Amino acid sequence: MATAAKKKLVQWGPAEVKSALLEKYPPKVARKRAKQIMINEAQQNETPELTANVRTIPGIITMRGCTYAGCKGVIMGPTRDIVNLVHGPIGCSFYAWLTRRNQTDAGPDGENYMNYCFSTDMQEQDIIFGGEKKLAAAIQEAYDLFHPKSIAVFATCPVGLIGDDIHTVSKNMKEKFGDCNVYAFSCEGYKGVSQSAGHHIANNQVFRHLVGQNDEVKPGKYKINLLGEYNIGGDGFEIDRIFQKCGITCISTFSGNSTYDQFASSHTADLNAVMCHRSINYVADMMETKYGIPWIKVNFIGAKATAKSLRKIAEYFGEKALIDRVEKVIAEEMPEVEAALAEITPRTEGKTAMMFVGGSRAHHYKELFDELKMKTISAGYEFGHQDDYEGRQVLPNIQLDADSRNIEELEVEPDKTRFKPRKSDKEMKALEKAGYKFKHYDGLAADMDKGTLIIDDLNQYEAEKLVELMKLDIFCAGIKEKYSIQKLGVPMKQLHSYDSGGPYAGFQGAINFYKEIDRLVNSKVWGFMKAPWQKNPELSASYVWE
Amino acid sequence: MLLRHTPTEITERTALTINPAKTCQPIGAMYAALGIHGCLPHSHGSQGCCAYHRSALTRHYKEPVSASTSSFTEGASVFGGQANMLQAINNIFTVYNPEVIAIHTTCLSETIGDDLPQIKKKAASEGKIPEGRYVISASTPSYAGSHVTGFSNMVKAMAGMAESTGKKNGKVNIIPGWMEPADMEEIKRITKMIGVKTILFPDTSGVLNGPLSGEYKMFPEGGTTVAELKSTGDSKGTLALGEWCSADAARDLDKQHKVPCSVLDMPFGLMATDRFIDALRTIAGVSIPEEIAHERGQLVDMISDMHQYLYGKKVALVGDPDQLIAMTEFLVSMDMKPIHIVTGTPGKKFEKRIKELTKDMGCKVNVKAQGDMFLLHQWIKNEPVDLLIGNTYCKYIARDEDIPYVRWGFPILDRQGHQYFPTVGYKGGLRLLEKILGVLLDRKDRDAPEPKFELVL
Repeated sequence: MATAAKKKLVQWGPAEVKSALLEKYPPKVARKRAKQIMINEAQQNETPELTANVRTIPGIITMRGCTYAGCKGVIMGPTRDIVNLVHGPIGCSFYAWLTRRNQTDAGPDGENYMNYCFSTDMQEQDIIFGGEKKLAAAIQEAYDLFHPKSIAVFATCPVGLIGDDIHTVSKNMKEKFGDCNVYAFSCEGYKGVSQSAGHHIANNQVFRHLVGQNDEVKPGKYKINLLGEYNIGGDGFEIDRIFQKCGITCISTFSGNSTYDQFASSHTADLNAVMCHRSINYVADMMETKYGIPWIKVNFIGAKATAKSLRKIAEYFGEKALIDRVEKVIAEEMPEVEAALAEITPRTEGKTAMMFVGGSRAHHYKELFDELKMKTISAGYEFGHQDDYEGRQVLPNIQLDADSRNIEELEVEPDKTRFKPRKSDKEMKALEKAGYKFKHYDGLAADMDKGTLIIDDLNQYEAEKLVELMKLDIFCAGIKEKYSIQKLGVPMKQLHSYDSGGPYAGFQGAINFYKEIDRLVNSKVWGFMKAPWQKNPELSASYVWE
Repeated sequence: MLLRHTPTEITERTALTINPAKTCQPIGAMYAALGIHGCLPHSHGSQGCCAYHRSALTRHYKEPVSASTSSFTEGASVFGGQANMLQAINNIFTVYNPEVIAIHTTCLSETIGDDLPQIKKKAASEGKIPEGRYVISASTPSYAGSHVTGFSNMVKAMAGMAESTGKKNGKVNIIPGWMEPADMEEIKRITKMIGVKTILFPDTSGVLNGPLSGEYKMFPEGGTTVAELKSTGDSKGTLALGEWCSADAARDLDKQHKVPCSVLDMPFGLMATDRFIDALRTIAGVSIPEEIAHERGQLVDMISDMHQYLYGKKVALVGDPDQLIAMTEFLVSMDMKPIHIVTGTPGKKFEKRIKELTKDMGCKVNVKAQGDMFLLHQWIKNEPVDLLIGNTYCKYIARDEDIPYVRWGFPILDRQGHQYFPTVGYKGGLRLLEKILGVLLDRKDRDAPEPKFELVL
């Protein structure tokens, strides 16, 4: 009986699953959530169908974090030679202390503050009388102790409420020091509806205070910036290895294993390659307007995607030497990838996955599951916007709500002296005519099968329900979701910080990922859920001990 | 070097905290609330707080940690969080249906002055709290005290559920303080052996150390039940284990319901456990069974067997006040020398107590409340130690300075065992000692020159 019922559930269509997800909600909640669950038609509409980047419903257990997490935790966290000072009560700085697995290499200069946690540890009297003096003193103490190139100040919730002017404090300290760039981020946790607002705020301030500070031209050919790569589990190291092998010069990475100087010199690159569209596209747009650097979307998650992205970069520069070298590198790297796939895919083929993570990762990692011949039956983002789901062509038709309007949009103009188109109009047009796409992103939906479920801001209740109804082989999200899924007997892989292991980017990373998924979906442990006496509860005749 | 920028020379800091030895109140409130059966902790603030606390607890326990949030946006921060809270209460009871919602505040809702008791009243009058369900709340501003204070405040809110019927229940309330689920289980084992009927609250055993069986229970079997919490007002007495975590709730029960209390140290190590057992004996009027004396004897035995490796060893400690007081006493009782002791939690009483415990050691002791791990590291650079005890963040110091290191405290993010194996009581003392000896003797084996390398230690 139980088996028959289970079989029926597996056969549920997407519409039935959708209504099952909604049935328990109060009517208002159900109406709102219905708009954030889409049965994919992959239509590439001009008007977005799915609602995203809207408020989380109070009381509904969400996966989302806050603006501060997006700004300090995600974007600025991986920079090693900037003292990241959190202005607020102790918790915010404590929780963002080394918990994201951003790897770093201190390099020859040896500056690395990533293992440190800095806070003004605001107390009640600071909340009542204001915390500006304490902030100034803390900046001074950090400067005296470490003499860093730069100190970044991050606001937490109460700072905005009590009206501490962190920007003026920072500016004054910068002027006082003369040799240390101090600036601040108004990334109070309550701004915006998710981490996403924090990315935007970080982008703005990095662009305003860091980009363009150093005009010195760096050596090397084929200069690019890699935007939206955070070196989780060493992803950035693997991508750097591939770039070096190809002869591509990476001027800066925003922001995995990055340094102050990388940001400061980034405007000297000739192309911006954007990995995580959601977290960093703002800076790419602003750099194009101000300095004339075009941007393209790339993806180094997945061996084929890596090869495709390398070719795209080579095609942009258009020099045969680079194009040939990239082909040679791909030819060198792929046999090992193919050997791994040949060995592993027989054990993964036909298995099913779900991913609810990030604002680009759910899309990127589909590549790897495709390579393993696994089917992604449902996916969504934690903090994506509508263009991340349905493509940038919907941008003009996204209606900005009050929460989005609260986040500053910088007015950017071409730099009087440093704006330099990297290619002539004619060259750009020729590339575009040949099918080359700048500033282009199709989004997740285009790559998902028709009839699959795309769900924005999935919550704990829906996750559990999906697993129950759709009987999948692996679920991917973050640490908070990990163990409730695994309690159901389904392996769960964190795709924010990868649990352990990595890199998963590039060619070597793809191989690591294949092995990891093989380990997870084929682990013996999932067969140990029940003890023998639970599987066969009938009492047999008394046992005769001999 | 991982902490290569930490200078040996100590300069005074008045504004900058580096590498904190504490975190904020709400996470303590969340942990305590998970020790109520059928309870959903709720964070009244912006959603990042809740996400961070759930992540930290999940990483520490490798278990699901469910909690909800009021998801403040800019609007709620300006106009107050009442609407969000009311909506949350309605959604929580409809979708998750817990027996209790335990709300704690955050620096955000405290700064704007949201009045939780008033919001609760409004929720009740609007019929948003179903019959037989409860909403309790604690004020836990992140800008005062520490995670320890938040824990204590939520335990106080739990004690606030007590009722007195006028008829005594014959039980002893035990408020264990911030200890691991395994420790709470151990307290229950000990009291059962002694034959004392108890109400332990909070009780996270069975909540944060659950099995894997193919089923997910959002509200696991464990936790102190509402009926038990109500009944604490009828108990014959309360033992509060730890001044910082537990005493306030115990005193409230005394004040409100005339349940007499005594405040003891947390029962880590020999002497604190002795006092705990003896207090149980006195309050319950029972005699202590031989098995307990047997366990005690085993701990004393191991101390005497291995004393040569412990004697005179210098130790640096970082953690929370109640735990550090008991640990310091334990180390001193074994003739070890805890010389650098830091807690991030404020309280001059802590420094005074540590000084008392270490006064006969015959050497200078550095102790600081509201200190940080940067200072601890500098102390260690100035006067090296043989052993470091603290949470996972200590591993950066331990590696840089090459110090034998025992993980003990919160959070432990990189090792297992704290969920399952207690460190309280005599049995727990054995485990602590085993861990300490393990790292000390591993070091001895690693460093001994070949001619001095020995089989028998």
